Amino acid sequence: MALIEVDRLRHCYRVGGGLVWALEGVSLTIKRGEFVAVIGPSGSGKSTFMNILGCLDSPSEGRYRLNGVYVGGLHHDELAAIRNRNIGFVFQSFNLLPRASALENVELPLVYRRMWAGERRRAALAMLARVGLADRARHTPAELSGGQQQRVAIARALVTEPLLLLADEPTGALDSQTGLEIMAIFRRLNGEGLTIVLVTHEAEIAAHADRIVAFRDGRVVSDTPVVQQARSLGNARHLSLAYNNVR
Amino acid sequence: MLGIIIGVAAVVVMIAIGVGARERIAAQIRSLGANLISISPGSAKMGSVRLGAGGAPRLSEEDAAAIGMEIPGVVVAAPLLHAREQFTIGSTNWQGVLRGVTPEYFSAREWRVIAGQEMTPEDNKRVANVVLIGTTMREKLFGKADPLGAAIRIRDVPFTVIGLLERKGQSVWGDDQDDIALVPLRTARRQFIGTSRANPTFVHNITVKFADWASAEDTMAAIRQLLWQRHRLRTGQEDSFMVSNLAEAANVEGSTTRVVSLLLSAVASISLVVGGIGIMNIMLVTVTERVREIGLRLAVGARRRDILAQFLVEAVTLALLGGILGAAIGTVAAIAVGSLAQWPVIIDLSAVMLAIGFAAAVGVFFGYYPARKAARLQPIEALRTE
Repeated sequence: MALIEVDRLRHCYRVGGGLVWALEGVSLTIKRGEFVAVIGPSGSGKSTFMNILGCLDSPSEGRYRLNGVYVGGLHHDELAAIRNRNIGFVFQSFNLLPRASALENVELPLVYRRMWAGERRRAALAMLARVGLADRARHTPAELSGGQQQRVAIARALVTEPLLLLADEPTGALDSQTGLEIMAIFRRLNGEGLTIVLVTHEAEIAAHADRIVAFRDGRVVSDTPVVQQARSLGNARHLSLAYNNVR
Repeated sequence: MLGIIIGVAAVVVMIAIGVGARERIAAQIRSLGANLISISPGSAKMGSVRLGAGGAPRLSEEDAAAIGMEIPGVVVAAPLLHAREQFTIGSTNWQGVLRGVTPEYFSAREWRVIAGQEMTPEDNKRVANVVLIGTTMREKLFGKADPLGAAIRIRDVPFTVIGLLERKGQSVWGDDQDDIALVPLRTARRQFIGTSRANPTFVHNITVKFADWASAEDTMAAIRQLLWQRHRLRTGQEDSFMVSNLAEAANVEGSTTRVVSLLLSAVASISLVVGGIGIMNIMLVTVTERVREIGLRLAVGARRRDILAQFLVEAVTLALLGGILGAAIGTVAAIAVGSLAQWPVIIDLSAVMLAIGFAAAVGVFFGYYPARKAARLQPIEALRTE
């Protein structure tokens, strides 16, 4: 069943007096449980595409259906509700609240769900445990390493039990070893059935996905499944090591 | 923040002074005896030779009696004479106010005798040399000693002290109402004032107590009319007497404190506006500094009104902090003003709450624009900001 259906998506920005088209007709379908990497050079439109997938922006033209709902033209409050319920975000720069503890950061999306504090706390703690940070719940982001911060961000993205995880260069600010740990977590989550769309410009990172969609000049230029064999040959040892570290 | 503190402090001081002044005026009106009209001869025409053959149209005891009898709404009309006299007892002497009054005066002024006897109509009839003294007079002449039954000399005439008057305090005009000696009206006329052939029963003033505050104007008009007839004044001739409502005179004094209150409220409102702009500034900076945070909150599902509420709450918290601080400073300042300037101040908890409420309202008002600015941010642009 298709989770994401994108049909002839076009999007433009107003720059100066003129219009710049960042997307020029993108059609794509992503099924539940897929792990898709979106790659492309900067300016290829992949970030714009991600913003639209994440309901952070509405496309200028074309249609986007998420989980059977046409998202275009919805009120900003409805979009906020969709983001809160269906989408988890992981960013390159983590975007944690600096003065809040890891636990409070993870609780944040639930605050906007009007959930009771006790319930919120329980859910957030459980999610921190799943990313291996149960013992860091009281620490502020400054007291955590980059990898730990990104794991807090992943816990925050997952605490709402979303249908879709959107990761925008999640390993971009991390060293390669930590990046692999993060990818191991993504693989595990995908194994548990979570749909993941990942934007990256690193081929090795993209190789962890099951499918790679390449963007160039606002269009999809290739859409290819990753051969499992190749990936396991290259990274299996690393991957399992990293995975075990996290567990 | 400072503006809020000053503004709220000013509001607290203002209300404390305002309420204090109102209380003082009310107390003065009470001390006067409520619902009083004072009739005195018009000074403008007093010395004029153009006045008729009847001589100076002074008020007389008969005028007082007529007012008491004929005008509806008048409870009692008390004629009085007054003079400044020298009071002596042994080697102590004191200059004070002497009034010649009838027993009606006591009921008009609602002035009680706290020790000794009251003045009787009998005292007046037989021109008795008896005196009732106020508390100030008593202190000056007797100190701690018991004045009742003692003999004092007033302009070398011996008088017996028969009663002690209740304390009245300061009058609206600032003089001490307790520095006084009351003697029977006729005694005062015979011993001190003297008579005139044209008007053998003249009095200096008639104090009228009337029943109903609402009909004060009507009563005053009726008194004027009656006196007009009794003194055979022709139309077009000026009034030869002044009829005034004492409580109104007291209210005039309230205007001074009203000016002070007005001044303080100007200070308060300017400070609150300045403070509000300060808060707006702080909040604008905060919003700018936290654009990414706002973007993230929007991304994880905050609605615009969630963001709006968050920043409004922060603005109101700031304003409330300033408000509470200001209320504390204002309370201290009001107490200081009260003790230094001898100004009656009353600090009312509800007034303090009101002032703090003002601060909160300022927070909402001036916090709204920055909060709205935060709420209107586009999530992607906010997230992209470094």
